[in-house]
Amino acid sequence: MSAATHAPTTTAAPRSDGRATRRRRNLGDLPAALVFVLPATIGFVVFLLWPTLRGIWLSFTDTTAFQAGGFIGLENYQRLADDPVFWNAFGVTLWYVVLNIGIQTTLAVLVAVLMHRLTRSMVIRGIILTPYLVSNVVAAMLFLMLLDYQLGFVNEVIAALGWDRVMFFGDQSLVIPTIALVNVWRHVGYTALLVFAGLQTIPGNLYEAGRVDGASELRMFRSITMPLLRPYLGLVLIVTMIGSFQVFDTVSVATQGGPANASNVIQYYIYEVAFSRGYDFGYASAMSVALMVVLATISIVQFRLTRANQNDMA
Amino acid sequence: MMRKTAPMALAGAVALALGACSSGGGSGSGGDGAGEITYWLWDSNQLPAYQACADAFTEANPDTTVKIEQFAWDDYWTKLTASFVGGSGPDVFVDHLSKYGEFAAQGQIVALDEMIERDGFDTGVYADGLIDPWQYDDGSVYGLPKDWDTTAFFYNTEMLDDAGITAEELWAADWNPDDGGTFEEIVAHLTVDANGVRGDEDGFDPTNVEVYGLGINPNFEETGQMQWANFTGTLDWDYLDTNPWGTQYHFDDPEFQQAIDWFYGLAEKGYAPAAGVFSDETPTQLGSGQVAMGTNGSWATGSFMELDGVDVGIAPGPVGPTGERASLFNGVADSISASSDDPEAAWQWVQFLGSTDCQDIVGEHAVVFPAIPESSEKALAAFDEKGWDVSAFFSYEEEGRTFLPPITLNAGEVNAIASVAFEDIYLGNTEASSLTDANEQINTVLQK
Repeated sequence: MSAATHAPTTTAAPRSDGRATRRRRNLGDLPAALVFVLPATIGFVVFLLWPTLRGIWLSFTDTTAFQAGGFIGLENYQRLADDPVFWNAFGVTLWYVVLNIGIQTTLAVLVAVLMHRLTRSMVIRGIILTPYLVSNVVAAMLFLMLLDYQLGFVNEVIAALGWDRVMFFGDQSLVIPTIALVNVWRHVGYTALLVFAGLQTIPGNLYEAGRVDGASELRMFRSITMPLLRPYLGLVLIVTMIGSFQVFDTVSVATQGGPANASNVIQYYIYEVAFSRGYDFGYASAMSVALMVVLATISIVQFRLTRANQNDMA
Repeated sequence: MMRKTAPMALAGAVALALGACSSGGGSGSGGDGAGEITYWLWDSNQLPAYQACADAFTEANPDTTVKIEQFAWDDYWTKLTASFVGGSGPDVFVDHLSKYGEFAAQGQIVALDEMIERDGFDTGVYADGLIDPWQYDDGSVYGLPKDWDTTAFFYNTEMLDDAGITAEELWAADWNPDDGGTFEEIVAHLTVDANGVRGDEDGFDPTNVEVYGLGINPNFEETGQMQWANFTGTLDWDYLDTNPWGTQYHFDDPEFQQAIDWFYGLAEKGYAPAAGVFSDETPTQLGSGQVAMGTNGSWATGSFMELDGVDVGIAPGPVGPTGERASLFNGVADSISASSDDPEAAWQWVQFLGSTDCQDIVGEHAVVFPAIPESSEKALAAFDEKGWDVSAFFSYEEEGRTFLPPITLNAGEVNAIASVAFEDIYLGNTEASSLTDANEQINTVLQK
């Protein structure tokens, strides 16, 4: 490291000199800064920026898996507008996100508040996080077996209780709720932990004050916890919702989009178009770009609505 | 949870794949050892037979070893496509009639004519009609036939006995799309509800069935091979205007649609399980004891015969309105990937696979019927030796009709449209008349 790093800034140097020193010092930090920033930057450019730009370009071409294509203008986007399967996939995905995020967030807040107010046990925190350690694919296979109509443990229990068996993955109206709940099971602990981290920033004396004033737990939840949790919840919502829109692995393992497109979510449809039905990279890219636009819009709107960048504690 | 956003991830995969394609451009096979060629197949039942072939091949050609890799059908084609894009495909792979057109059109598999002619390879050894569909519309042959299959009905012999139906009656069954003929009568009689009432008796409760007369495979395909092809094949109807390489599908034919409504309608009558009841194919369905009879291909014979506690017999499809029984007749073949780094060795292996030497070995394993008739005889003998009567699969050739699966370009997209259309009917969302719309979509795809 250069000597400039340790340049004295203590004495009453003339103003202009001081500015020069600072500039020199900044330059002196530059090599070190670059060393730290470069790996991430290379990763960002190679794995995010370049593929994104390339994906956007591909969406205007008729590239296939086997052949580089030429520019075809907005043709892929016109096709997208007229493609009933895409719009079905869009609707299916939205329904999934609403169920998944709605249930997951509610449960996560509940679990986090219980952890916050009732126990400090690390063991319980660990247990709550356990499902998150199971990979999506394994979780999907596990539930596929558990929920099987004929042989699944869950249906055996249902039948033993004298009720009708349930086609969790085979019924068109149940398949998306089922997939949503499988993923809630897997993610709720992690989301709860994020919320829990937010809860820990709320000073305990507020609750003490509340209790002195005779407020019930419910009242304290409404008037203390929720308002102060808002920025954290806002960020958690944005992050989980982006993840939720990308649901793919559970569908790919459990239903392959079926029965009859009832669980054909956008990501799965994109994958199919690119790699199994038409090898149509151009159209698949166009759908990916559309999804990116939707996600960006939702994130910005959510960010604004929840004022996730402002904290009421400040 | 903080994953890369999806479009970026996909675009990344795409860019990487394309990059690999443009730079690699055929750097070769998965196995890189000197003199090693990779061979892919999808049927795990056939793996031991082909491993035996590979060993025999290496014995005769000591400098070449064959590395066999097996992937289940569902992953097989995706993996294969990805490997083509990445330039790392297998040297030789088992190819399917419904898929190879696209690979040939994209230049991903090798035309074999020159090598066949150069080495004087005799393509006349194969059973009639097996090699013809492997001639792409550019006139070249892209695969050497390895085996053939037909489909038939596997039944639980005990249930047939209990119902008082003889195997002869089942063999003699007739069918029509109006009332299903004696075939439907048999299916109805095989069906038993929770109170022990049979499907054709008074008081039968179709909502509470204990044994279904006919199982339905959860395989929705444009070929209908695993579901309705044994029935529609007996109509005066074919999939396409010309097969192979037709451009007009015939799913809009009223008689065909009637047959489809009849077929999936069996579920409403309680004679067949409703959509979603079984997520596995008919071997599992029969094995569960809840299904008396189900369609499957000759390749699945072993899976049925080895079922625990269920004794299985095989009967051919019923005789239909044309007065004949019918089955889809499919033959798979071996193709050489264009990205093979040792096409000569690959060709040697393909020749060996297509020769009596290998096909006899396969025949003796009693898993499939080899493409060469003498080897097929050996297979028949091997099946007999196990006490498995597989004559049903030969019956179409002897006293009926066989037909090709629909062979077109853009088969992937055709399959995507057709599979949803047929499943929608099974689910009861719509009737077979909706196939007219699907047919239009498919024909649009074929015009591309």
